[in-house]
Amino acid sequence: MAAEDAVPVEVVAAPARPDAPTDSLAWLAVPAMVLLAMAPAFLVESFRLFQLTSVVIYAVAILGLNIVTGYNGQISLGHGAFYAVGAYTTAILMASFGLPYWATLPVSAAVCGALGWGIGFPALRLGGLYLALTTFALAVAVPQVLKHDALETWTGGVQGVFIAKPDAPFGLPLSADQWMYLFTVAIAAAIFVLARNLLRSRIGRAMMAIRDQPTAAEAMGMDLAALKTRTFALSATITGVAGALSAVAVEFVSPDSFSVNLSITLFVGMIVGGVASIFGAVFGGLFVVFVPNLAEDIAGAAPGVLYGAILILFVFVLPTGFAGLLRRVAASARRTTATNDATPGR
Amino acid sequence: MEGLPHQIVAGIATGGIYASVALALVMIYQATHHVNFAQGEMATFSTYIALTLIQAGLPYWVAFVVTVAVSFVIGVVVERVLLRPMHDAPVLAHVGIFIGLLLVISNLSGWIFDYTVKAFPTPFDTGAPMLGGLVSGHELGSTAVTLAVLTLVYLFFRHTSLGLAMRAAAYNPVSARLVGIRVGWMLALGWGLAAAIGAVAGIMVAPVVFLEPNMMLGILLYAFAGALLGGIDNPAGAVAGGFAVGIIENIGGAYLVGTELKLTLALAIIIAVLLFKPSGLFGRVVVSRV
Amino acid sequence: MLNRRTLLAASAAVLSAPRVACAQPATPGVTATEIKIGGIMPYSGPASAYGVIGRLEQVYFRVLNEAGGIAGRKINFISLDDGYSPPKTVEQARRLIEQERVAFLFNTLGTPTNSAIVRYVNQRKVPHLFLSTGADKWGNPQENPWTIGWQPSYRTEAQIYAKHLLAQKPDARIAVLYQNDDFGKDYLAGTRDILGDRFERQVKTVSHEVTDATIDSQIVSLQSSGADAMLTATTPKFAAQTIRKMHDIGWKPPAHYLTNVSISVAAVMQPAGPEKGVGIITSGYLKDPTDSVWRDDPGMTEWRGFMQRHMPDADHTDGNYPFSYGVSKTMEHVLRQCGNDFSRENIMKQATSLQNLEIPTLLPGIRVNTSATNYHPIRQMQLQRWTGSTWERFGEVLEGARV
Repeated sequence: MAAEDAVPVEVVAAPARPDAPTDSLAWLAVPAMVLLAMAPAFLVESFRLFQLTSVVIYAVAILGLNIVTGYNGQISLGHGAFYAVGAYTTAILMASFGLPYWATLPVSAAVCGALGWGIGFPALRLGGLYLALTTFALAVAVPQVLKHDALETWTGGVQGVFIAKPDAPFGLPLSADQWMYLFTVAIAAAIFVLARNLLRSRIGRAMMAIRDQPTAAEAMGMDLAALKTRTFALSATITGVAGALSAVAVEFVSPDSFSVNLSITLFVGMIVGGVASIFGAVFGGLFVVFVPNLAEDIAGAAPGVLYGAILILFVFVLPTGFAGLLRRVAASARRTTATNDATPGR
Repeated sequence: MEGLPHQIVAGIATGGIYASVALALVMIYQATHHVNFAQGEMATFSTYIALTLIQAGLPYWVAFVVTVAVSFVIGVVVERVLLRPMHDAPVLAHVGIFIGLLLVISNLSGWIFDYTVKAFPTPFDTGAPMLGGLVSGHELGSTAVTLAVLTLVYLFFRHTSLGLAMRAAAYNPVSARLVGIRVGWMLALGWGLAAAIGAVAGIMVAPVVFLEPNMMLGILLYAFAGALLGGIDNPAGAVAGGFAVGIIENIGGAYLVGTELKLTLALAIIIAVLLFKPSGLFGRVVVSRV
Repeated sequence: MLNRRTLLAASAAVLSAPRVACAQPATPGVTATEIKIGGIMPYSGPASAYGVIGRLEQVYFRVLNEAGGIAGRKINFISLDDGYSPPKTVEQARRLIEQERVAFLFNTLGTPTNSAIVRYVNQRKVPHLFLSTGADKWGNPQENPWTIGWQPSYRTEAQIYAKHLLAQKPDARIAVLYQNDDFGKDYLAGTRDILGDRFERQVKTVSHEVTDATIDSQIVSLQSSGADAMLTATTPKFAAQTIRKMHDIGWKPPAHYLTNVSISVAAVMQPAGPEKGVGIITSGYLKDPTDSVWRDDPGMTEWRGFMQRHMPDADHTDGNYPFSYGVSKTMEHVLRQCGNDFSRENIMKQATSLQNLEIPTLLPGIRVNTSATNYHPIRQMQLQRWTGSTWERFGEVLEGARV
């Protein structure tokens, strides 16, 4: 295993030595970042806000993928399937059962968690590439299952399901777009904080141990099977919530919206943003929303070629993604300051 | 159920397509222990090269040989340029490269050769279809080609020292290097061979399904199911598995689950094999080394 | 969490107040000198062959501007790429409507892509005119009063085939092969419109997915149903496979109807083998640019003149160009009919009050008609038969059922 595989997660959010003062600083940083994330709701116009909502949603989906693939080493090319199931669950509950959008989120999370557990179970048997190809097949098959006649009463078959975007509650003077953005940011922030805490806990370290040294991990008494399936379920849950949020934001689900390209998009976002990095998911979200537009302007008829080339370039030049790049820049900056402070002249 | 025999024959004909692609998948697995997601797209691209050559006036078999040779070179170059520097990188980096390749090549095919459906010529007599028209001369001919490739692959791996060296390089790179095998070049050779076999598969498949940039997407998944069913490390098993998937797909689609869930059926085969018989029906049980 | 929410509410109240109070301008995108129109097309990706439709539209409006524009205003046509991906279509539609502030959308292409934005544009009350898709659902004024199609719907087409078949053989049994999506299912609906409760008894249907390698198995199933007629409602690749397979297994039902989506000579009939499809019936509403019948036709002469002058490098045999020219012409007519009132209400009103409009690239006898209750601008088609080398029109111009 190469050095870049074992990305030390700790340095992502906090400075090198996680002692008491820096830790509380980091905790102050979280609300500050949440406030920063909320600001666009009042600064940019509705279309940009919609784009940013998409960024946040993709970031959550990519975080979900990153947990199983980046942190646990189980490569999934089919997370679009969980995204789709989450979106459909929410859409069906809203359209057919009249549930409010916020009440559907836990249900979507549970459904996707159960599905993820069901997929994660056979996935235990699969080494890296097999799992990747099997989940790839899952991503291609799920839209076809969703439009199947047996489910048509709820899924609307090939027509899909329309839902209405919720207005701001409690008489808040916010537009639907503003409210949707804030709601999405709030949910995303909660998920990011929970994921960060989990990954820094004993369980998170166990997940990474399984990725890097499965045999040693097992020898130390870790239950590989249970941990891997649970990680898969957790990952599917998070991506499913992202899908649920996307259904509300776009107000529509249909089989064609969740083609295999979605799974590839999430995968690309994860690699480019930063494998095994929580904040890499945010960069990934920014990338998948904004770069295709740029690629179109540059490459015209074949933006996909440029998109694929960027992916390969990242694997080669920046295997730790944007997050890794920032980390390196920050680390070298810190080193320079430290050198200047501690050892003036050599 | 009156059409059952017909469904089976039609399934064998379609299975021949899966078998030829499954063979290419197994080939690359044998030589590199990789499953290349871009295999289908690379094969499609090769098929476009063949079509361009034929349209330029080259005789079919000349175009065939040239395409296979060019594809071999492309495979070697891809390995040397993209995979070789990443040899020690984690599997995830490889998957990243495969997906990147898939995006680049499939979009490149569409960009250069456009997305309209194109006919592809066949060298086999298509005059009188056989077995009530269910099997065309081309399908018979392409099955023969698949079997011929299979035989060649078998002979190559069993009875040539180069084949042995390649197997050794894939199976145990460290020991192989110790006995003087140039492991890096063996892997490149493996990629070249897989690309060449992929080109053959593409050229054989295109006359049946018609050529377009996404020709292989669905086929690749069925072929993967076939390769797993037969055993990913067993070329003959993969060919048998490909045929089996063709038949299962047709019978399942026509009588059991409906045509809407054919692909889901392939997914079910993949999962079932991996759960209950990971080595496939004809594969060796592999004990993972630690 | 409570604190945060209070804080949020407070800041929201302060910051968002001026934005909410902001008044709407008369009509977005319309000034004294300009009318802004938005379009969405697959310029890249698997459906990029249709991109030429958008290219002609851009040229058309440019030429229109050079000739003085409409009511003293220049047309600013912004046509964006969605790569035929519905989530991308949503983003582009919102970009056009909210950021570019176009007056309306014109000729957005694709069934799944338009499905993703139809609700949004109708909520915003933005005219969504003359879509490049034949799905029947675009002609539904009750549900989507701001969305209107242009070409004959697939459902109308299927009705025409079913009527034609039943006229010859009232108890005919029909086999239908359809692609399992909006497009394919419209043909089931159209057939059902005509057969009513006889549908279950007389029709055998089998679907396929676009991921299928071949449709051999489906053809075998349909053949064993012993049907008198076949209706093939699928995209070019599978249509070509169907024609060839039916020929190979010697299944030649007395009638074979083929969706006009898949009648391209280059992409369907040639690959299938031109001799294998002799006798297949389809329908058309546009003049075929390769048909020598139209050599001296004034309408096609006008179209050819436009192409030679303004798009000399384009492939003049591509049927998408006469389509695009026809739909652009319709759009121009609507804008002229608006007079000087370019409010969204009036644009929609004029688009839905076209009477017997003749379009140069439409077949003789086919006219564009719309009303407040008729959102199907073109409802007529003419049958045509494959001779082995070309499509030959026969019979009268036919109309679908009114259901």
